Amino acid sequence: MTLADLKRGQQGIITDVSSIHIPLKLLEMGCLPGNLVELVQVAPFADPMYLNINGSHLAIRKETAIHILIETTNE
Amino acid sequence: MSKQINVALIGNPNTGKTSVFNALTGLNQKVGNYPGITVEKKEGICKLPRGVKAHIIDLPGTYSLNASSLDENVVIELLLNKNDKDYPDVAVVVSDVENLKRNLLLFTQIKDLQIPTILVINMSDRMAYKGISLDIEYLEKELNTKIALISTRKNKGIQELKELITHYKELSSEPCLNASTIDKSYFDNLRKAFPNQLLYKLWLVITQDVNFGKTDRKTIEAVEDFKTKSNADLKRLQQKETIKRYQFINETLKKGQTIDLNSAKDLRIKLDRILTHKVWGYLIFGVILLLIFQAIYDWSSVPMDFIDSSFASLSEWTKNTLPEGAFTNLLAEGIISGLGGIVIFIPQIAFLFLFISILEESGYMSRVVFLMDRIMRRFGLSGKSVVPLISGTACAIPAIMATRNIESWKERLITILVTPFTTCSARLPVYLIIIALVIPEGRFLGFISYQALTLMLLYLIGFGAAVGSAWILNKIMNFKSKSFFVVEMPNYKLPLFKNVALTVIEKTKAFVFGAGKIILAISIILWFLASYGPGDNFNKAESIVTEKFASENLSEDELHQKIESHKLEHSFIGIAGHAIEPAIRPLGYDWKIGIAIVSSFAAREVFVGTLATIYSVGSDEEETIKNRMAGEVNPILGGPLFNFASGISLLLFYAFAMQCMSTLAIVKKETNSWKWPMYQLVIMSAFAYIVALVAYQILI
Ligand SMILES: Nc1nc2c(ncn2[C@@H]2O[C@H](COP(=O)(O)OP(=O)(O)OP(=O)(O)O)[C@@H](O)[C@H]2O)c(=O)[nH]1
Ligand SMILES: [Mg+2]
Repeated sequence: MTLADLKRGQQGIITDVSSIHIPLKLLEMGCLPGNLVELVQVAPFADPMYLNINGSHLAIRKETAIHILIETTNE
Repeated sequence: MSKQINVALIGNPNTGKTSVFNALTGLNQKVGNYPGITVEKKEGICKLPRGVKAHIIDLPGTYSLNASSLDENVVIELLLNKNDKDYPDVAVVVSDVENLKRNLLLFTQIKDLQIPTILVINMSDRMAYKGISLDIEYLEKELNTKIALISTRKNKGIQELKELITHYKELSSEPCLNASTIDKSYFDNLRKAFPNQLLYKLWLVITQDVNFGKTDRKTIEAVEDFKTKSNADLKRLQQKETIKRYQFINETLKKGQTIDLNSAKDLRIKLDRILTHKVWGYLIFGVILLLIFQAIYDWSSVPMDFIDSSFASLSEWTKNTLPEGAFTNLLAEGIISGLGGIVIFIPQIAFLFLFISILEESGYMSRVVFLMDRIMRRFGLSGKSVVPLISGTACAIPAIMATRNIESWKERLITILVTPFTTCSARLPVYLIIIALVIPEGRFLGFISYQALTLMLLYLIGFGAAVGSAWILNKIMNFKSKSFFVVEMPNYKLPLFKNVALTVIEKTKAFVFGAGKIILAISIILWFLASYGPGDNFNKAESIVTEKFASENLSEDELHQKIESHKLEHSFIGIAGHAIEPAIRPLGYDWKIGIAIVSSFAAREVFVGTLATIYSVGSDEEETIKNRMAGEVNPILGGPLFNFASGISLLLFYAFAMQCMSTLAIVKKETNSWKWPMYQLVIMSAFAYIVALVAYQILI
């Protein structure tokens, strides 16, 4: 599944990031494979998404989130 | 004298670089809890122990040395150019103790440039609150640097930082990890081809264009040949590099930092649950805006009335006390009246800056960006455009500069083009005085005054015009540019009184003095033009008028009045005004308003001052500006000149017209061409004229 499928409050581990679609800046902000990500809050229509990635709080658009693959953690 | 040392403050956005800068230099640069407050290089001097002087450079925040927006590029340009006069002898990397992991990424990159580097860990006052503890000694060893743990808010550790800077020669300039292992053969070849160049620098130059487009870097030209790899390959390598750096950082922090989650408190979650909520979030944002307008109106009326009447009596007093003559008249009628027209707005402008600064300092601004992004995108803008649009209510100039952190050039250009529609503080004087004249005083539902409501409506119109024209621009500008959006959500912070107060004082001062200079000059010129005229009609006004009204048996006062107004009509300014009158009569204005409009193409706030000067020339009574305007009579239709129709028409004209030279200049600077500011000037002003015309013709 991708980051865009997360529900509010749900957590996941990033498994892969498409380097063509995802700007380097996002990677540099901690959006890297292996890191924990939590969906903190969504705006209407789930866009943009307010995330906690690896301890950094940031918001990205859904169009970006669909290029980030994750695995949910079972909690 | 000893040599000055160059010290560059580098770090992620919102880590407190400017706060450190202010602490070191004693200056008061603007600080705010929103990533991207500083967008330009700022410089200051810091006196260090033993008579050493340091030249401190505050830089825009950047997440890494791979720039993806204009403000970030400033940093890279400086660090890649050894010949720059500001090239740092020592780099001070400022980090936020709560985001150390992410902040260290940039640190490891700076280290690779082999500049002596100090690591500042700021906001140490938050450590206890967040349950963070650090093993400084271990971190210093692993990161191969010296660390200053400081808190600019509590003023802790600044002295230690100064000591470290003084002894910068003792700092290590060795990297703390070797990133070139990500593709050994590629980097080995690169090293062989350019044995005299720093490997990391080469790598930065090679990869720069991949992320940010063309930059004119002359340093290492032959590197072009080395783009043996495709862009996709380079990107993958950069990704690998980033992962590699994070691995190192994670390892280091695992030992050097402990976070006790049990003692960590988080206000953020609770607040964000409401403030970014799908419904409550928008509602609260709306209420906050409404509150601001109500406050601007209600809270400032008392000091404003006081200022208005004080200036009126000052003018009167000057006239009565100083010996009669041209100079006294110039002082009383030209200068004092003109200045009164600007000083009166200080309370309101101060309130406006107060609110904006609180929004910025608390961390709320990023939440607004989050809430608005999707809506703004419909119009070809970015959520980040909200910040320029909101701070544009203070002044379009800093607002246009604040667009620099918008990543997409198209979204940024559109934001720049439409920002001048937002109601800046210079429009406020015009709005306020006209609203006071033409909108009744009652209260809607017994709570919000009609006048405040009108003002809010005008702000909405400005905002609507901005968004609407953005939508059109988005449709007609058919170039695609990479659109991508990420915004950091900073922690909520209690606004620091000192920061807010300083912003309010500095900005208000800038407004008053900036506008004051123009207004002073214009009111002097206008006074001359209004007090002198060519030909007999002006010079023999007395006899002409006396003759004309000889049969009507006028009182002394009435006759005097007639003479003065005859003089004004035939003064230089009267002649000029009558020349443009045909163009503005359909809008409901007389020639005096016409002059005020023309002179306010220099700056809008001149409007009130101009009218004040024109009206006070030749009038004897002590009167406030407002009363003078209320007393004006429409020369053709009779009745008050400022009635509902002409008032609304004027309000709309000022809402849309592009009347600010400084804004045009900054747009030229930010877009690098005269094309865009000229479009703005012509299109906005033509639109303003048409709307004002239609409004007047309908309402009359
Ligand atoms: N709690 C705490 N807050 C601080 C400290 N230093 C700065 N701040 C706050 O952090 C926020 C950011 O400060 P700035 O100095 O504007 O940060 P900057 O790095 O210059 O930010 P940009 O110019 O946007 O990159 C402001 O709200 C400051 O009041 C500190 O020591 N403790
Ligand atoms: Mg700053």
